[in-house]
Amino acid sequence: MIADLFAANVIIGILTSGIRLATPYLYASIGETFGQLSGVLNLGVDGMMLMGAYAGFYVTFHTGNPWLGLLVAILVGALMGLAMAFISVTLKAEQGISGIGVYLFGLGMSDLLFQKTLGTVETVSGFAPLNIPLLSDIPVLGTVFFSHNILVYGAFLLVPVAWFILNKTTLGLKIKAVGQNPAAADALGVSVARVRYATVTLGGALAGLAGASLSIALLNVFQQNLTSGMGFIAVALVYFGGWTPTGVLLGSLLFSSVNALQLWVQILGIPIPSDFAVMMPYVLTILALIFAVRKVNQPASLSKVFERGEG
Amino acid sequence: MEPKKRIRPINWLGPSIPFLAALAAFVLGAFMLLLLGANPIEAYAALIDGAFGSMNSIADTVVKATPLLFVGAGICVAFRGGVINIGGEGQLVVGALAATLAALTFTTWPAWALIPVCLLLGFLAGAVWGAIAGFLKAYYNVNEILTTIMMNQIAVQLMNYLLSGPIMDPVQIENGSFIPQTARFPAAADLPRLVPTRLHLGVLLAVVVAILVWVLLWRTTLGYRIRAVGLSPAAARRAGIRVEQYAMLALLISGALAGLGGAVQVLGVNHRMFTDGSATGFTSSAGFNGIVAALFGQLHPLGAIPASGLFGAMLVGANKMQRVVQVPSALITALNGLVVIFVVSSEIWRRQLARRQEMGAMREAALATAPAGEMT
Repeated sequence: MIADLFAANVIIGILTSGIRLATPYLYASIGETFGQLSGVLNLGVDGMMLMGAYAGFYVTFHTGNPWLGLLVAILVGALMGLAMAFISVTLKAEQGISGIGVYLFGLGMSDLLFQKTLGTVETVSGFAPLNIPLLSDIPVLGTVFFSHNILVYGAFLLVPVAWFILNKTTLGLKIKAVGQNPAAADALGVSVARVRYATVTLGGALAGLAGASLSIALLNVFQQNLTSGMGFIAVALVYFGGWTPTGVLLGSLLFSSVNALQLWVQILGIPIPSDFAVMMPYVLTILALIFAVRKVNQPASLSKVFERGEG
Repeated sequence: MEPKKRIRPINWLGPSIPFLAALAAFVLGAFMLLLLGANPIEAYAALIDGAFGSMNSIADTVVKATPLLFVGAGICVAFRGGVINIGGEGQLVVGALAATLAALTFTTWPAWALIPVCLLLGFLAGAVWGAIAGFLKAYYNVNEILTTIMMNQIAVQLMNYLLSGPIMDPVQIENGSFIPQTARFPAAADLPRLVPTRLHLGVLLAVVVAILVWVLLWRTTLGYRIRAVGLSPAAARRAGIRVEQYAMLALLISGALAGLGGAVQVLGVNHRMFTDGSATGFTSSAGFNGIVAALFGQLHPLGAIPASGLFGAMLVGANKMQRVVQVPSALITALNGLVVIFVVSSEIWRRQLARRQEMGAMREAALATAPAGEMT
C-alpha cells in the first residue's frame, strides 16, 4: 500500500496540495515578518486569522461575492492589527502575553459569531481555480503550479513583493532600522511609533487574508477553531525563516508539504501512523531554531518597548 | 528638626487593576450581549446561577478551577522568573498521558500506591516538557515562547498516536468503532471524592501546591533567586546568580505543575484519556486560561487561588447562560481574552504610579539629607 504513494498521480496530488496549503502560512507569516522586523512580536495572529476567516465566509455566504468577503476579511484583520499596535506601542503592554489575549478574543469571538449567525457548518462557492492560459497546459507542471485559485498565486507573488519592499525601498530600511535600533532611528527623525503601527496593522490585514484564504478559497467552510493553531506556526515560521521572505517561503512549503503528505496518507488509507509525520515539522522548527538562530540577526529590539530618551 | 513623617499615597491602583480590567471586560461583554439581542442582566444572572446556584454547580466550578490553578501557580513561577511559558496545553497533555500509562499498566496496584505514582509521573512528564524549552532557552538562546508552542503541538501528536494505537481501548478495536480513547482506568486510580458531588481530592492538592509555590517564591533562597533573575537578569548575574540555570528551573517547575494538573484532571474527572485531535479536546484551553488566572491574581500564587475560582465559575456558568439567553458560551473565551489585554495594558498606569512614588521618595530623601540651614 505504501507503494501507492509513489504513483505518479499521487505524487502530483501531494505536490499540488503542498503548494495550495502553503497559502495561509505565507500570508500570515509574511505579515508577521514585517511586524517582527520593526520590533513587535504579535502572538495574536491565530485569533486574527479566525476573525478574518469568519468575516470572509459570512460575507461570501450572504452576498455570493468572494471578493467582497475578502475585502471585509482584510479590513477585520487590519482592525485587529491596529488594536494590537495600540496595545503594544501606545500602551506598551508586554507583547507575548497581550498576544495571547488577542488570540483568545479572536478564538471566542469568531466561535460566538459563527454559532449565532450561521449555527451549522455551511459551504460557499469561494474563489474558483484559475487555470493560467498556456502554462496550465504543460503536463504535470501545469497541474502542480498553474491550476490554483487566485489567492494561491497572490500568496506566492507576495514573497518577491515583500522582499523588494524590505530590501530595496526606504520604507524597508526604516522598518529594519526601527527594529534594530529604535533610539537611533528616532534620532534620525523616523517615527518609531508610526512605523510599528503600520507594520502591525499590515500584519493584521494579511492575517485576516490568510484566514479568508482558508474559509473562502481552500476549504470553503467555516467552523469553530478552523485554523487549529496555524497562526502560532506562522509566528514560528518567521523565526524559522530568519526574518526573510524567502526563508519564510521555504518554511511554509515544508509545513504544507508534510500536511499534504499526511492528507494523502489518510485518503489512501495507508496504515502508517501519520501523527509522526505531522509532528516532524515542529521538531524540525525547534532544530532550526537551535542551529539557525545564532547565525541570523534577530531584530535587536524585538518585543521590547521603546521609551523615548531611555535608549 | 524632627523629620516630618510623610503619608505615602496608598497604592490603591495596584491590587484593584485586575478588578477594573474584569469590570471593563464585562461592560464590553454587556454591549456585545445587547448587540446579540440578549438582556445582559439576565445573561449575567444566569451565569452566576449556573456557577453557584446549587451544591453541584459550586462543586463543578471548583473542579473546573483546579487545572487553572495548577497551570496558574506554575505560570507565577515562570513569569516571575522572567520566562514566558505558553506551553501549558502541552504540559497538561503529557502529564495526563504519563498518569494514563501508569494507570493502565499497574492495574492490580492498590490506590495508596497507584495514585501517588500516577501523580508523580505526571509531574515528571510536565517537568521534562518544560525543561526542554528551558534548556534550549538557557544554553542555545532559543526563544521559549516558540519552543513551548512547538512542544504543545508535539504533545498533541504524541497523544493522538498513543490513543489511536498502542493504548486504545480494546473495546473500541473489537467493535470496530476506533474512537481514540483509552479504556476506563481501574477504580483504584480514581481520586477520592470529598463530598457526594464531583469534588475530588485534586482540588485540595491544587490549593496546597499554590501555597507551596508561595513558600518557594518568597520564603526560600531558590525562589528569591528565581525572582531576582526575573526582575533584572543583569543585576542577578552581577550578584553571582547563574541566570541561565534559574530561567531553566523556572520553566521546569512551571511545566511540572501543569503536568501534575493534567494527571489530576485525568484521575479526578475523566478516568480515561481521550482526544478530538487537538489539545483543546482534553484541556478545554486550561493551558491558556491558567495564564489568564495567574495574571488576574497579579502573578501571586495565593492570588491565583481566588482568580482560578472566578474563571472556573465563568466557564461553568457560561453553559447555563447559553441555555437561558441563547448566547454561545464562547463569549466567555472572548471576555477572557479582553481581561488579559486589559490587565497587561493597564501596566502602563501602574508603572507611572510607581515612578511618581519613587520620585516622591527621592524628594523626601533629598529633603531629609539637606543641610538644616537651607530648610528654613
